[in-house]
Amino acid sequence: MIDEELVQLLTPEGERVESSDYESTLNGDEIFGLYRDMVIIRRLCNESTSLQRQGQLALWAPIQGQEAAQIGAGRALAPGDFTFPTYREHGIAWCRGVPPADMLRLFRAVSNGGWDPQKYRHSVPTVVLGSQCLHAVGYAMGIQRDGAEEASMAFFGDGASSQGDVLEAFVWAASFNAPVVFFCQNNQWGISTPSSVQSKIPLYHRAHGFGFPGVRVDGNDVLAVYEVSKRALESARVGGGPTLIEAYTYRIGAHTTSDDPTRYRIDAEVEVWKHRDPVERVKALLAREYKVKNVDFDTVSQEADTMALQLREDVLAMSRPDPISMFDNAYAAPHPLIEEGRREMIDLGISGGAL
Amino acid sequence: MTTTTMTMAKALNEGLRRAMEKNPKVLLMGEDIGRLGGVFRITDGLQKDFGEDRVIDSPLAESAIVGTAVGLAIRGYRAVCEIQFDGFVYPAFDQIVSQVAKLHKRSDGAYIMGMVIRIPFQGGIGAIEHHSESPEPYFSQTAGLRVVSCSTPNDAYWMIQQSIEHDDPIIFCEPKSRYWEKGEVDLETPPAGLFDALVRREGTDVTLIGYGASVKTCLRAAETAQVEGTSIEVIDARSIAPLDIELMAKSVEKTGRVVVVQESPHTASVGSEIVSELTQRCFYSLRAPGLRVSGYHVPYPPTRIEEDYRPSVDRILDAVDRVMGFES
Repeated sequence: MIDEELVQLLTPEGERVESSDYESTLNGDEIFGLYRDMVIIRRLCNESTSLQRQGQLALWAPIQGQEAAQIGAGRALAPGDFTFPTYREHGIAWCRGVPPADMLRLFRAVSNGGWDPQKYRHSVPTVVLGSQCLHAVGYAMGIQRDGAEEASMAFFGDGASSQGDVLEAFVWAASFNAPVVFFCQNNQWGISTPSSVQSKIPLYHRAHGFGFPGVRVDGNDVLAVYEVSKRALESARVGGGPTLIEAYTYRIGAHTTSDDPTRYRIDAEVEVWKHRDPVERVKALLAREYKVKNVDFDTVSQEADTMALQLREDVLAMSRPDPISMFDNAYAAPHPLIEEGRREMIDLGISGGAL
Repeated sequence: MTTTTMTMAKALNEGLRRAMEKNPKVLLMGEDIGRLGGVFRITDGLQKDFGEDRVIDSPLAESAIVGTAVGLAIRGYRAVCEIQFDGFVYPAFDQIVSQVAKLHKRSDGAYIMGMVIRIPFQGGIGAIEHHSESPEPYFSQTAGLRVVSCSTPNDAYWMIQQSIEHDDPIIFCEPKSRYWEKGEVDLETPPAGLFDALVRREGTDVTLIGYGASVKTCLRAAETAQVEGTSIEVIDARSIAPLDIELMAKSVEKTGRVVVVQESPHTASVGSEIVSELTQRCFYSLRAPGLRVSGYHVPYPPTRIEEDYRPSVDRILDAVDRVMGFES
């Protein structure tokens, strides 16, 4: 449909297709599980957009259209792997077990992170994009030194693919044969900048120039993303080195809730991609091939609604932090300027916190 | 007390060796640090003894040296990054300021960002452009970082080990013009805590504060001033961020006069901070405004004329004369 080298196992209509390199290994229950994940994460995203519109979040970065890319990659990970996200990887965070409310702490502006990255083996969001790819490579070098069969996975987009840090990460990963998978969600738009401005060749072709394999996968096909990610991760874990995966997808929504995409792209393009919806094609497959009934789909929808209600409740309960908390964890060891700041805040009566 | 005489370069080398022996998680990373031993030979022989997995010859990419050190820290390793020259640290500036400095906070304390970023800094070796700069004010201004500088082989030996053991990221500034000067190193007892300033020479009329290569210039100025009848106390700041302002204030309470010496330009500099803090704390003891003797506000000059840019004994003594002659 887009590129003859595109790995695809499921058409937009939900028909299975043959791929010369990959085949789906998932059974009906597992595919239903991926469907459930995508429905929940889409609901989470919609609820968050509503919360922002109602003034309850400072900002939200929607993932509508990218659910398959994130759930496919997220479910291919093993518990011991470690992931390095941007601020848009809500689907990955979900797969890593990060509580939904914690994903919104950054956007509620009560935290610069939101969750314990060591507990979930999912790093805190990176806003200065590209940096996280180097962190993933360094982490992978640590895995090598520990002799562990684990991998790290770095997430970035077509926009960040132009950042020097991403390309330096490619160089290092190749030089040290690091167990890292670079997962690029090419959602076509870096705010208003089309991906054609970021690269004159398909992004996955870049990997060959750095000396490791690159694969382009239909990012709206969760079955294909899962298989491609799984193989790349398995290869990394056993010394096969890095892989670049380009998940070819589309950002249906705005860059963030502060963005207005009608200023720079045409509706017709969005409509084309809406017909390639990642959730609907799996639903069609499940109904046809596995005879999943409407009542089962409804159960998932209800579960998503329950999650959304709980999310709203949790977000509204997130109150303004005590200002003195800004001094916590600025440094790991005692620091005179931190003590000075704390004292001043207490003296001014800004906080009732104790030294 | 077991002491031995060695150069600062050797003292750093021995300090790194000892830190690596003590903690198997300590790694060295940088350009040309393995087989070559670094362009200044600070890591000489360490790859041979500790292997290529612990002394890593990196591709030529400073942002990656620091960025991968972040990932290694998350995995529990402690990297000592060598930036080959001061002027080459700027490609890594984003990783240092946006990631290294902030990730402990961003992760609510889950990430320990302990790492050391070694930077040979200041001038005085007749190099070409970008090899003689003083970038420490940029890092001193950034919350989350600590910045230190050694001025003697003994401090070099101990401060590099103390920095590696510390849980916050440390920008470690090495005065490259002093690498080959010898001094006594006490192999048993550290001279002070990592963030303590030290009085290098006692005096009663003027407090002269410097760090890195400037400390020796300050001591020379003090000797000359002594001949002329002015008693100068020389303080080695050692820690640039945080500053040991208590020790400096104690000295200024006594002398009533302060001059800070640094190679960076003086606008928004470490000297600005020291003078400002001391003015606030010692206002009633001061008998003259605090002065700074700095590099000029120009790009580092071609090194045939660098000694007219760097604070010299003459320029320091001129500032001493001004604070001594000040009448309120």
